[in-house]
Amino acid sequence: MTWTWRGLRPILESILAGIIGLAAGALIMWGWGYAPWPAYVALFKESFGSGYGLASALANATPLILTALTFAMGARAGLFIIGAEGMMYMGAMGAIALSLLRLPAGLHTLLALLCAAAAGILWGLVPAVLRAFRGVHEVISTIMFNWLSHFLAFYLVANVLVDPVRAEKTLSVAKTSRLPLLMRGTDLSLGMVVAAGLAFLAYVFLWHTVAGYEIRAAGANPHAARYGGVSPQKTVLLVFALGGAMAGLAGAVEVMGRPPTYAVYSGLTNISGFGFDGIGVAMIGRIHPLGIIPAAIFYGGLQAGARLMQMEAGVPFEMVRAVQGVIVLALALPELTRIFRVFRQRRKGGEA
Amino acid sequence: MNWAYFWSLFSISLHAMVPITLTAVGEVIGESAGLFNIGLEGILLLSAFTGTLGARAGGPIFGLLAGLVSGFGIGLVFGLICAYWKGSQMIAGVGINLFALGFVAFGLQVLGSPGFYTVPRAVQLPPIRTAVGAFSPLILVALLLPFFVHWFLNHTRMGLQVKAVGENPEAADVAGIPVELTQLLATAVGAAFAGLAGAYMSVSWLGSVTKEISAGRGFIALATVVFSGLRPLLALAGGLIFGFFESLATWIQSLPGVKEAVPWQFIAMIPYLATLFVVAGIIGRVRFPKALGVPYRRE
Repeated sequence: MTWTWRGLRPILESILAGIIGLAAGALIMWGWGYAPWPAYVALFKESFGSGYGLASALANATPLILTALTFAMGARAGLFIIGAEGMMYMGAMGAIALSLLRLPAGLHTLLALLCAAAAGILWGLVPAVLRAFRGVHEVISTIMFNWLSHFLAFYLVANVLVDPVRAEKTLSVAKTSRLPLLMRGTDLSLGMVVAAGLAFLAYVFLWHTVAGYEIRAAGANPHAARYGGVSPQKTVLLVFALGGAMAGLAGAVEVMGRPPTYAVYSGLTNISGFGFDGIGVAMIGRIHPLGIIPAAIFYGGLQAGARLMQMEAGVPFEMVRAVQGVIVLALALPELTRIFRVFRQRRKGGEA
Repeated sequence: MNWAYFWSLFSISLHAMVPITLTAVGEVIGESAGLFNIGLEGILLLSAFTGTLGARAGGPIFGLLAGLVSGFGIGLVFGLICAYWKGSQMIAGVGINLFALGFVAFGLQVLGSPGFYTVPRAVQLPPIRTAVGAFSPLILVALLLPFFVHWFLNHTRMGLQVKAVGENPEAADVAGIPVELTQLLATAVGAAFAGLAGAYMSVSWLGSVTKEISAGRGFIALATVVFSGLRPLLALAGGLIFGFFESLATWIQSLPGVKEAVPWQFIAMIPYLATLFVVAGIIGRVRFPKALGVPYRRE
């Protein structure tokens, strides 16, 4: 097995899983009486066929990169953190709360980002401590914290941060703390640069620092890592903190870089789902920080295109999340590509 | 305050207990065989939806069956991926949850109501009316099933085989027990119970489907399984406890004067906080099968 094959295989597997997912999506559409082909044509024409569509894909990818990093960080340490959703709500609330202050531009943006990251870290603190010192499984605790966050955010949106003029949304983020747009007339903001930059930093951290090595060692073989002097408690706390910061920032970029409202709507409609989609994105990106970037753009594109698909072909855009679910199911298989080789060999054997 | 208030708390508790108990007892079977399914939340959501479709097509019983069958079907997919193809159980479970979120949101749109569908009263499962109130017949099922599963796992040959596979697949394999098949069937039957629970929510209890109908119950059921230490009768006890906390939140909000004093969002947090406290409090005492979550490969 050559080096290139080992590097390429995860990419091939993701592409294969993507095809399986899209095929399943076609089957679902067909089952409900929609024509799959025109729907997919509309979807991809919109998302990857125009500059505006591509900008939307990148804008959608921005928070997904960050929530995917939360999951990937955890997964590399052997933790299954599915709490990015709740951490992200708190991040968005933190960013909005900080924009109540009056500060000079630049500094205001920076402080709002820091505040959002801190809110995300804080939201992961209890599950982290429960995991590190009581052994409470993080799947259960982070999901419970997602629901607590859901209701707390509902409360904050309706009672504390509410816009006195328009009760259906929160106050808009102050002009001085907004992330500047990269392309006029689109949603694409500086947040994309922040997200991609953090993904690169996460890669450097995990693969080129001692602390990152220890995290990966704890994930790959907890007993050996412990024997080698890596404190499991420290690893859990560190990973939760880094993941919480990423997810908190996801909430921040979504409210600070999303025109026109720069606010959260009641019912959290414009900030919900990113945490769970981030898990799928992390899987498609093979829980590698650099793989997450293209995976997020792919999924962001699906989301962007799905809106046009709904308009042109009448297919509800939620279909793409079902597609993502099937992609993740396919990626659960180890050595996805090997299955196909087995089939091929079997057929050869049958002919011989 | 009078007795009627407390009686309503009891009645809501019994109804809220059903989906958690059914799902948890099903998962006890699956985890006894060594498969850990975090896709229960998705199965609840999906079967609440397919149960509705079934009820629309052929009445309430058919709706419950549709939920049962779709749970079983997803369980088969999960079992194939995890038992036969040695896939990651965690990731497969996440895939199921994501798929259900998308599929149900999509399906609700197709039914013509974005995010919400009310099951017509004519095809809802009629409750048993007694002198002290109306109760869903599935309460009886949820109360009896744990005893049946307890008997099955501890006193039948097949049940002991399930536990043997979860505890030590190598030894079970040597003893001639088909490891993969046992795991597949155990997890699929368990998922079928979750499917029944989902259909119960839409067709019998709540009478409607939303994108959020499962509301974390799949994960609360997982917490219940942790609480039970894989003993079905303790899963029933856990279901009763968590069902009680869930209804407590509903009940407190219905009390006069409470709404004005405490924002409803904080009362709605009660079941999730209770789950955290219970899990954090009892963990460490329970013992799980050695091979739980580890794919079995014959050496």
